[in-house]
Amino acid sequence: MMSVGVNVDDKDLLRVFTCGSVDDGKSTLIGRLLYESQLVYDDTLARLTEDSKKHGTQGSDIDFALLVDGLLAEREQGITIDVAYRYFSSQKRSFILADTPGHEQYTRNMVTGASSADVALILVDASKGILTQTKRHSYLIKLLGVRQAILVINKIDLVDYDEETFVTLCDAFQTYADEIGLKETTYIPVSALRGDNLTSKSVRMPWYDGPTLMSCLESIPLDSEVYDQHFRMSVQYIIRPNSEFRGVAGTVASGRLSKEDAVVVLPSGALAHVERIFCGETELQEAVAGQSVVVTFHEDVDVSRGDLLSAPEKLPQVAEHFRATIVWMSNEVMLPGRTYLIKIGSRTSTVSFEAPRYEVNVNTLEHLAARTLSLNAIGVCNATLSTPSPLERYAEVPEGGSFIVIDRFTKDTVGAGMVDYVLRRSDNIHWQTFEVDREARTRLFSHRSALIWFTGLSGAGKSTIANLLEKKLFARGMHTYILDGDNVRSGLNKDLGFTEADRVENIRRVAEVAKLMVDAGLVVLASFISPFRSERELARNLQKEGDFIEVYVDVPLAVAESRDPKGLYRKARAGELPNFTGIDSPYEPPESPEIHIQNSQGDPEEAVAIIMRALELKGIIS
Amino acid sequence: MRSRLSNLDRLESESIYIIREAVATAERPVMLYSVGKDSSVLLHLARKAFFPARPPFPLLHVDTTWKFSEMYRFRDEVAKTSGMELIVHQNPYCLANNINPFDHGSSVHTDLWKTEGLLQALRGGNFDMAFAGARRDEERSRAKERVFSVRSSSQRWDPKMQRPELWHLYNTMLSPSQSLRVFPLSNWTEFDIWNYIRRESISIVSLYFAKERPCVERDGALIVVDDDRFRFLPNETSRLRKVRFRTLGCYPLTGAIESEATSIEEIVEELAKSSTSERFGRVIDYDASGSMEIKRQHGYF
Repeated sequence: MMSVGVNVDDKDLLRVFTCGSVDDGKSTLIGRLLYESQLVYDDTLARLTEDSKKHGTQGSDIDFALLVDGLLAEREQGITIDVAYRYFSSQKRSFILADTPGHEQYTRNMVTGASSADVALILVDASKGILTQTKRHSYLIKLLGVRQAILVINKIDLVDYDEETFVTLCDAFQTYADEIGLKETTYIPVSALRGDNLTSKSVRMPWYDGPTLMSCLESIPLDSEVYDQHFRMSVQYIIRPNSEFRGVAGTVASGRLSKEDAVVVLPSGALAHVERIFCGETELQEAVAGQSVVVTFHEDVDVSRGDLLSAPEKLPQVAEHFRATIVWMSNEVMLPGRTYLIKIGSRTSTVSFEAPRYEVNVNTLEHLAARTLSLNAIGVCNATLSTPSPLERYAEVPEGGSFIVIDRFTKDTVGAGMVDYVLRRSDNIHWQTFEVDREARTRLFSHRSALIWFTGLSGAGKSTIANLLEKKLFARGMHTYILDGDNVRSGLNKDLGFTEADRVENIRRVAEVAKLMVDAGLVVLASFISPFRSERELARNLQKEGDFIEVYVDVPLAVAESRDPKGLYRKARAGELPNFTGIDSPYEPPESPEIHIQNSQGDPEEAVAIIMRALELKGIIS
Repeated sequence: MRSRLSNLDRLESESIYIIREAVATAERPVMLYSVGKDSSVLLHLARKAFFPARPPFPLLHVDTTWKFSEMYRFRDEVAKTSGMELIVHQNPYCLANNINPFDHGSSVHTDLWKTEGLLQALRGGNFDMAFAGARRDEERSRAKERVFSVRSSSQRWDPKMQRPELWHLYNTMLSPSQSLRVFPLSNWTEFDIWNYIRRESISIVSLYFAKERPCVERDGALIVVDDDRFRFLPNETSRLRKVRFRTLGCYPLTGAIESEATSIEEIVEELAKSSTSERFGRVIDYDASGSMEIKRQHGYF
């Protein structure tokens, strides 16, 4: 009864996607296609006949739509509300058919169905012509990059199998298809209800000499480009049965991979050479796009889930910023600036979107201003990833340019998108090189620049020593500048208080300013209590090796408190100055400062002499 | 080698991808093993996915004590050869109250042993992802099932909370109360299963092959008398008929078909000529149209 051969392993697989408006008869078409392909079993047919009487719309005839309208809720309402998958096959091919409803509110389902399709069937009611919905479906098919479209002009029986109506419809659609850039469209007049031109040629349309729907589906060429593209494979899993074997598992997204081929691991950029390729126990000489394999390398290369293996000839860009077209799929609107999870290939990271540049009206293709995206909206946004990741343009490499967006808390899939292009912004922030550089300034000033960082309790004598040191350096004709806690806080850091978070930010800004000044060729003297080791470490790490000289001005708390030049300890003891270092906020002394000054005696001349000797040793003063 | 992948190559690759994707992100995955042909294919794919390592999860058999004795022998053999841990769960309430299809009817029997038993086993094992061999072509309501199907803490299937599945980007993340059922064979048809079993020489229970077995004809179904717990109706006797099974379950609830097919080639040939659907032999489907959808909402596979 089934028209399938016994040996089907030589068949190939075509993924078809159908869309149509509410009354285009799409379910009837699919039900009929299954029936005509003789894929409906007797018991299913018996149940269908029974159901047709209960829920059907075709009187005593079999309502083929009921074959495919699956859920109880749908059968009762007479509509389809979700993507349904159907399976049928012919002598030549197996087909997976994703059937989606065409209502306006189900853009999300259409996009889902179209995302994995080779071919799209767009249904049109011959008696109604090209509707707004038809245009919307075509736009989404174009957006998702489905390679081929078949415009199925259904209910041709309602217009008496008229050639003129068919031709007019084809012309109207082709004009629109050209406008949006839909590549290839085939036109077929059918009557799903009566079975015309589905699996056998209709005798009622002698003027039509094209293929039937089934023979068209059977002869559409499969994507062979994917084998010729550059090799890409997302790393899914590492297989390590013992210390001898370390296999990288994944499915080849595009291109081919052979033994001894070189691949680059991204984002790290490490190079590795293929040792062996396995599919189960079978060892392969070559793996091609679509195959799930395990690869071992000659090198002991660092690779883990989320990495991308890429042919060295053409690497995807590794970037953080990109422009994307996003389809929003959640009742909760997309919030610009909020952090979402994003899955690209096997890599899950975090992302935030800027306010949409525009939203697309899917019916008119107009660009609308938008602040956010709501359910079923399609918009174009700039996106920023938390860490640089390999990115490709969806139009070029769909596997590397498609992503889903996941809510961090509910873990629901709230959106999906396609990378339009990588934004160059992250590249532009890299340090600009000017021709007058630090070396040139060093030559002009005749001395090296450096950052001398004084740390210690309030009243330890930091500013006194820094002041005297600057005078001596200045007298030698050196270019100097003092960054002092009080001075900086009266301007640049006016907005900061004395909480731990503010103190951290205070030091971060000072360290950044000092870095610019060191680049400007100055010897910078920074005088800050800077009580936390981690922030001094941050300041040190911002400078080049050897440019940061930490001077610990060390006095016991009692000594500092007894000096109390600004009366601060007294206020702190009285509870008028919260978070005061040494009283109710800790001071973490440096573990290995470049210079350690015991300043209990309070002799700035001696301290400066010590520092000058150290600067001579470091070649900062001659 | 040929560069174009066949239908079976593609289905195999897709299933392996799905299995790895789940295991890479699950905390405690488990594979439901029902001893049938789909389970055999699923296990074969799992072993391929992780070779040369063993699949990093246990097998779970939700047992009803009413399966064919041949199934128990086969199950234990498979567990031994795969080297994987086999967890057998039998609902203790059913054991204590001797729940059986003769006294309690097919619906209560299935509900308590299988649906309730499965929920107990998943909860007890703290499993966050459970693989199962269900296919979309089996039944009308399955056509909309996701590959990664989200379940709430009550394990219920709510069509409205299912996540859209685009490209090959499966969302495997879970909020604290959620778990996932994972169906790597979603896109396989019954034909694909048989052709793959033949291509890969996968061993299956001998109940799928025709043999003379003692049968009782009841309500149009052929029930094989597998042990002495079978209750004959007055005037009912068994007689030997050459039968095999298209699908397997509890023996008093599973209809056999008369057949001469003793090899996979013959099964596929017979299937190609068949005019009844796969689930025809399952007594549990008879209740009402839409019954599978209701069962699945309650957590049945």
